[in-house]
Amino acid sequence: MADAVLHLEKLRKSFGALVVTDDLTFDVMPGELHAVIGPNGAGKTTLINQISGLVAPDSGTILFAGRDISALPTHARAELGLARSFQVSSILPGFSALENVALAVQSRAGSSFRVLGRAAAEAALNGPAMAALADVGLAERAQIPAGELSHGEKRALELAIALALQPKVLLLDEPMAGTGREETARLVEVLRRLKGRFSVVLVEHDMTAVFALADRISVLIYGRILASGTPAGVRADPRVVAAYLGDEME
Amino acid sequence: MAVSLAASPARPRGGLQALPGGIFLAFALIPIVALLTGDTYLVSLGSRVMIFAIAAVALDLLVGYGALISFGHAAFIGLGAYAVGILSVYGITDALVSLPVALAVSAAYALLTGVVCLRTSGVYFIMITLAFGQMAFFTASSLAPFGGDDGLTIAARNTLAGFPLLRDERAFYYVVFFCLLGTYVFCRALVASRFGRVVRGAKENPVRMATIGFDVYRFQLATYVIAGALAGLSGFLLANATEFVSPAYMSWQRSGELIVMVLLGGLGSLDGAIVGAAAYLLTEEWLSGFTEHWKVIFGPVLVLVVLFARGGLIGLARDLVRRFTRG
Amino acid sequence: MSTTLLAVQILNGLQLGVLLFLVAAGLTLVFGVMDFINLAHGAQYMLGAYLAVAFYALTGSFLSALVLALAAALAFGLVLEFAVFRHLYDRDHLDHVIATFGIILFLNHGVKLVWGAAPLSLPMPELFSGSVRLAEGLVYPVWRLVIIAAGLAIAALLYVLVAHTRIGMLVRAGATNAVMVSALGVNIRRLFMIVFGFGAMLAGFAGIMIAPILSVEPGMGDNILILAFVVIVIGGIGSIRGAFLAALLIGLVDTLGRSFSVDILRLVMGPSPARTVGPAIASMLIYLLMAVVLYVRPTGLFPAKGR
Repeated sequence: MADAVLHLEKLRKSFGALVVTDDLTFDVMPGELHAVIGPNGAGKTTLINQISGLVAPDSGTILFAGRDISALPTHARAELGLARSFQVSSILPGFSALENVALAVQSRAGSSFRVLGRAAAEAALNGPAMAALADVGLAERAQIPAGELSHGEKRALELAIALALQPKVLLLDEPMAGTGREETARLVEVLRRLKGRFSVVLVEHDMTAVFALADRISVLIYGRILASGTPAGVRADPRVVAAYLGDEME
Repeated sequence: MAVSLAASPARPRGGLQALPGGIFLAFALIPIVALLTGDTYLVSLGSRVMIFAIAAVALDLLVGYGALISFGHAAFIGLGAYAVGILSVYGITDALVSLPVALAVSAAYALLTGVVCLRTSGVYFIMITLAFGQMAFFTASSLAPFGGDDGLTIAARNTLAGFPLLRDERAFYYVVFFCLLGTYVFCRALVASRFGRVVRGAKENPVRMATIGFDVYRFQLATYVIAGALAGLSGFLLANATEFVSPAYMSWQRSGELIVMVLLGGLGSLDGAIVGAAAYLLTEEWLSGFTEHWKVIFGPVLVLVVLFARGGLIGLARDLVRRFTRG
Repeated sequence: MSTTLLAVQILNGLQLGVLLFLVAAGLTLVFGVMDFINLAHGAQYMLGAYLAVAFYALTGSFLSALVLALAAALAFGLVLEFAVFRHLYDRDHLDHVIATFGIILFLNHGVKLVWGAAPLSLPMPELFSGSVRLAEGLVYPVWRLVIIAAGLAIAALLYVLVAHTRIGMLVRAGATNAVMVSALGVNIRRLFMIVFGFGAMLAGFAGIMIAPILSVEPGMGDNILILAFVVIVIGGIGSIRGAFLAALLIGLVDTLGRSFSVDILRLVMGPSPARTVGPAIASMLIYLLMAVVLYVRPTGLFPAKGR
């Protein structure tokens, strides 16, 4: 579709004999929260990796805001407004939570080839960083070295880093992975508040969160999209129930 | 919202805040001590320590902050030194010419080789920096008109804008002192700057940095060039100090010694590089007075340091301070 | 440039290649399986030579010296592994570099202390000390042929071991994913020790075999170490096949380069500049080769899968 902010066209990726992404066509509209669900091994993380540029697809195109980014390196895609979080928390453990986020702010705040001046003291960077931390409920933990945060706090930090990039599209790879009930509820609240500000691709297993947040759901099975539509439509789709949801929803 | 900034965790200093001040004060006082004790050798020894400290600080930028283990760092020292040597053969003996040339040559070599080296990582990076170091070494060895294997004696130290300032041992000492001070201050600022933060972040998690939007390669290349240029400065000073240049300045064993200096002092602390250089060279001075086989002792000492003193001498000092202030 | 000279240099190149392979095989295995950078591997090679000289002085027989020196080299390697290296496997590469650098210092100066700095020699066995006529006008030292033969035999043996035995399979698996192998219940400590000991023995063997040709002196392992690292980097870390092919390539390139660089350059420049530039280029040739390979394939030609 012409006005999709993210459009994947016939994306294909195999690792040896294993086809992980199978002629996948997928798009995301501006402002929508598009959830991607599917069983483990369906290729969800590989899909995110291909969109963000960490894995190169064998064939197919990726269009971001109308622009072909298939050959762009990861950092260039981030510069264009494509942010992601990782399924296994990928933060800078030796830096404080604040500095983790401030670095993300820094990447959008003019040149980083500045060799003088203490970066850690720049209010122009710390201000928006604190705001992002507040958004995810980590304001009190700003000075703690990120490596010492609890698992749930690290997941929230992942989100804060991605938010600080002021993305057009946010790719979230299982943000609730391993979080307890309270933290999951908190993350869902954060995402609900942010809905509409930008597009979100949410890869998740937690069905409560998915059905609470998604505008659209795509079901990924063996590298292909089995069904795609509104939450109600997908929930009722017999193919989806048979292949996947039947086991997830009691 | 008021944001109070605790000391950046990237360089926890513990109770050693006063260390750089102490180090530079000690260096500043050496010529005075030498005057009082009549031991003029102290001054040239001190110069030598500071010259290698400059190179060690530059290497700490790469190894300690950037996690780029360069095994060819000595090549840049050699290039700076040979710039002085070769220019002097052609009658160009003023520092105002030979210093910029030394810096330019080492920076250029760092840029050209860095472009290739930084495409690799891990042990491949170590090996390819070693390879480029060896290439410089062999090129210098084959330069027959400039001494080849035997090296080249320089008639006299560079003049400074026409003045033979550097020929005075004490004046030269303070020139080296200010070069080290300048290098240290610059590197400290660099590490705390926006640029430095990206490099430090890339050390911890390069993939994360890419997904935040940083082209890590460019930052690492810039760091590599800066470190190379600073080592070139060290080479310029070394050539003037010894009035001699030789391919041995660029051997891989020298590169290894530089890495040892940085690790011995304590990686990623800049002060550590200075302390490590001093410790290494002074130990060499002292032990070789006893026996020419001092390395038989030094080798196992290194192994013990690696096994048990992971933060180097600075780490040990910090532990001691912590233990005293707690009691 | 005659064909005889070319043939001799090709054989010399093969001999160097085979020697490099013996040293590089242990290095690539240790690095591939334990992810351990062992700079002291060259000193292992040197130690083999020195031990052979010492045992020869005791026994008067090359064969006894060979066997005893191999045993001693193996023992020394195992002691090193047990006392030092074992504690460093989970440290980062920098720690490996510094620790093994310290071992080099210790060994290089240690042998100087024990045997003196003057180069020593080891006489080759009577049986192999002559030259043999290979073709019209082509006469070649027997001992060098013995080295080539021994090296190829060991390469074949290694291939059989690695590809067709259980322990070889473990080594290959370990080179790809040591953590997984350990998780599968294999005694990883014992595997590491075996790999290390075997590698040390190979290096020592190389040192013993070359001792009759080169002089035995402190620091003789330094250059071979660098060459061996170039070999494993080009060949791909963890790969015996890569080490073999790269070693032969390097041996040939280095030898032929040194012999013929001046002649080749004379085709494009005058004799005097050729004589200056030639040797310089020749010594750099293998590093240029490595730089090119790494530029095109940043992990070497045949890296063990999964790297």
